[in-house]
Amino acid sequence: MNNSVIVQGVSKQYGSKKQPVVALSDISLDIATGELFGLIGPDGAGKTSLFRILTTLLLADKGSATVAGYDVVKEYKAVRKIVGYMPGKFSLYQDLTVEENLHFFATIFHASVADNYHLIKDIYEQIAPFKDRRAGKLSGGMKQKLALCCALIHEPKVLFLDEPTTGVDAVSRNEFWDMLQLLKKKGITIIVSTPYMDEASRCDRVALIQNGRILQVNTPEAIISGFTQPLYAVKAPGMLSLLKQLHNTPGVLAAYPFGEYHHAVMQPGVSLPFLGKDAEVKAVTPNIEDCFIQLMQHHA
Amino acid sequence: MKQFLSFVKKEFLHILRDKRTLFILLGMPIVQIIIFGFALTNEVKNEGIAVLDLAKDQSSGELIRQMDASRYFELRAYLQNEQQIEKTFLKGQIKLAVVIPPGFDHQLRHTNKAQLQLIADASDPNLANTMVNYAGSIVQQFQSTIFPQQQAAYQIQTELRMLYNPQLKGAYNFVPGVMAMVLLLVCTMMTAITIVKEKESGTMEIMLVSPLVPFSITLAKAVPYLLLSIVNIISILLLSVYVLDVPIRGSVLLLIGMSILFTMVSLSLGLLISARSSSQQTAMFISLVGMFLPTVMFSGFMFPIENMPKPLQVISNIVPAKWYYIIVKSVMIKGVGFNAIWKEALILAGMCTFFLAMAIRNFKIRLA
Amino acid sequence: MPKEKAITAEMLTKRFGDFIAVNAISFEVDKGEIFGFLGANGAGKTTAMRMFCGLSLPSSGKATVAGLDIYKDNEAIKQRIGYMSQKFSLYEDLTVKENIRFYGGIYGKSDTYIKKETEILLHQLELEAQANTLVGALPLGWKQKLAFSVAIFHQPDIVFLDEPTGGVDPVTRREFWNMIYEAAAKGITVFVTTHYLDEAEYCDRVSIMVDGVIAALDTPAALKKQYHASGMDEVFQQLARGAKRQDN
Repeated sequence: MNNSVIVQGVSKQYGSKKQPVVALSDISLDIATGELFGLIGPDGAGKTSLFRILTTLLLADKGSATVAGYDVVKEYKAVRKIVGYMPGKFSLYQDLTVEENLHFFATIFHASVADNYHLIKDIYEQIAPFKDRRAGKLSGGMKQKLALCCALIHEPKVLFLDEPTTGVDAVSRNEFWDMLQLLKKKGITIIVSTPYMDEASRCDRVALIQNGRILQVNTPEAIISGFTQPLYAVKAPGMLSLLKQLHNTPGVLAAYPFGEYHHAVMQPGVSLPFLGKDAEVKAVTPNIEDCFIQLMQHHA
Repeated sequence: MKQFLSFVKKEFLHILRDKRTLFILLGMPIVQIIIFGFALTNEVKNEGIAVLDLAKDQSSGELIRQMDASRYFELRAYLQNEQQIEKTFLKGQIKLAVVIPPGFDHQLRHTNKAQLQLIADASDPNLANTMVNYAGSIVQQFQSTIFPQQQAAYQIQTELRMLYNPQLKGAYNFVPGVMAMVLLLVCTMMTAITIVKEKESGTMEIMLVSPLVPFSITLAKAVPYLLLSIVNIISILLLSVYVLDVPIRGSVLLLIGMSILFTMVSLSLGLLISARSSSQQTAMFISLVGMFLPTVMFSGFMFPIENMPKPLQVISNIVPAKWYYIIVKSVMIKGVGFNAIWKEALILAGMCTFFLAMAIRNFKIRLA
Repeated sequence: MPKEKAITAEMLTKRFGDFIAVNAISFEVDKGEIFGFLGANGAGKTTAMRMFCGLSLPSSGKATVAGLDIYKDNEAIKQRIGYMSQKFSLYEDLTVKENIRFYGGIYGKSDTYIKKETEILLHQLELEAQANTLVGALPLGWKQKLAFSVAIFHQPDIVFLDEPTGGVDPVTRREFWNMIYEAAAKGITVFVTTHYLDEAEYCDRVSIMVDGVIAALDTPAALKKQYHASGMDEVFQQLARGAKRQDN
């Protein structure tokens, strides 16, 4: 079994027939065993719907999907035995202690904490000093770690993490991704969704998703090298007027604020004209966010 | 099985950690029994009476003594003439006046047809009615003491419930009603809420993605409440017997067994409600409006079903509490055995099966 | 008097029992400034923001918002500020127009004002066709832009934005910041928290809270220079990595 997750032509709509809300339209994906795969897109892109279909919580309107070889509809019971799932909302029992939560989740998956402790050791050690504390009284970062332990304790083959880093500060986000790298080494296929574009670089491959459609699937490096137009970072006093100036400059395909600079995408072969003596201009390599913006505009 | 037990254990932890709810669940039956048993009862106790004894003979003296001795009445005034009757009423000292005509003893012993006038303050018609009944039964008792072997000629019209409840005690009616209400509240509402709570908090999502069979999730949820209900049943019965003096005439085991049957009906109703609702408010609302009100209205303990219009009588048949109420009254107060209540028990068992089947059918193995 | 101050804080402190959520912070925000209020989870951002919005009284210290004392005038402050958070913004079961009407109404704006401004607002947001659509049916990005417009509908002196762009796509995020610039250009002071550190670059000045104190406060350029960092992300990582506490 080389592919851990296979999605073929999955579509999903919500709402009434008159006013359907398209959550997913014709999604196809192959995720290899042992891969750390990122599903990157804003809220409402369809990430959670796709996760729920893959974790057998939701039925697709069209298309099919398998997880570790099991069909998510016909063999949903088998799928439920081998996946670990961490929903977007903190979903542990707030009135149970850290330890009680962990043991409870182990038991319902017919597993024992002792048998699989090696999987969670690195993470659990950080929250072990608080093992008698109720989960509801934990800090945000610790809740997240406990939730990850609970999703891992039955040694799942495939781990689904739905927006584990949303609303988490940059430092904690970094730590979380470090933990995922360690888990990947243990051979678990990990599928993570996130709205933070900068996290793409931490994944083996990513799917950029927007309005229920996949814009692109590839390694972060390949996505970036697919951005062929020249890109410049521009800075000058009076950033707002600079942006207007860029929008009116011939040859500029797109211009948008990017941190302390503006990014200007140029038509290939056209160079950026002189923008004033105070302007700082430099050619830059695009990052995933540039690619996402460009892909969004292509699909609009 | 280990899975199931660990789920049950978790449910117990939830209940034990939420001290306030636990306190309410265990304290509620006690408070209700006390409120219904004492405060709300239309029982008569030491009501003031006045006597106008125009006979002043042996029998009249004995009757007055017996009335005064009863726990229902207290002799407040010994009147001299008829004019005083109304005056005493107006002073608010008495609720009932007894007028004994001249020659009472003679008439009683020789013609068997003595007359007696009871004048009641009917501003509270229920109270008046009850007092007249009490007084009537005292007179009857009095007759049987003087003529033990003779058939009493003095006939007193009594209500049907007097038949098994000669002292007309309110608690006799309330105890079975409170049992039905408490069990329904604890089982139906709490079970419904606790399952929906998991849907709201998102933990149901993880439960569904686990190998747990949905049915065992719901069943595990019901177990703690079943046990809690048994505690409640026992505390209600103990209170009834030792505080309210309501005896258990029939088999205690039968009574508890039937209560467990009703508990299971309530639990399956709770499961059904939880399967259909997505928020705690909805679950609570359905439990209260859909279950609690019909129970109060149609079980027969607040309003007699026989007095209702025909369509409402038909509706009352689908209210489980009605059948349970009949069973409890029969076993506890009439003291009958299973052969007298098997029909009601069968109806409850049928309802339980039906609701449970519906609950399982409606349980979603996926998110909507 | 030099620049007018929108917010001043002097040794502002909030204790919860033994826990000092906000520990004697002092700073000033100029009128019309876009002020980024950053910090790790649990650093005390939300607590500090609640004090400025008049939702919670400080344990000690002084502070003014729009020139008003936060102890004495906390009700008057509420008239002068706007507030928008990612979690609660608009009523999903009311239409776009009804939401605007409602918020205009609670700030006591006249019917003619509401009517006139609603049209301008709908035009700016290009939402004219959706005026009678339920807010719940709008895409997230539009909702957030509408929520911001509603938060400044009553022309407050200061608008507090609590993670306004969480989960919003990169294009809409930039459109959102455009609206912030425009508001600031009209003289509205913007006080904003965010987890997107590239957005910190869009602010005039940035403060970074760590463990209840302000660990750094300056323009993004000066901070990057001071910490020898190429981006605000690095500045933040350096400062917040030393944090002892984590909370929500």
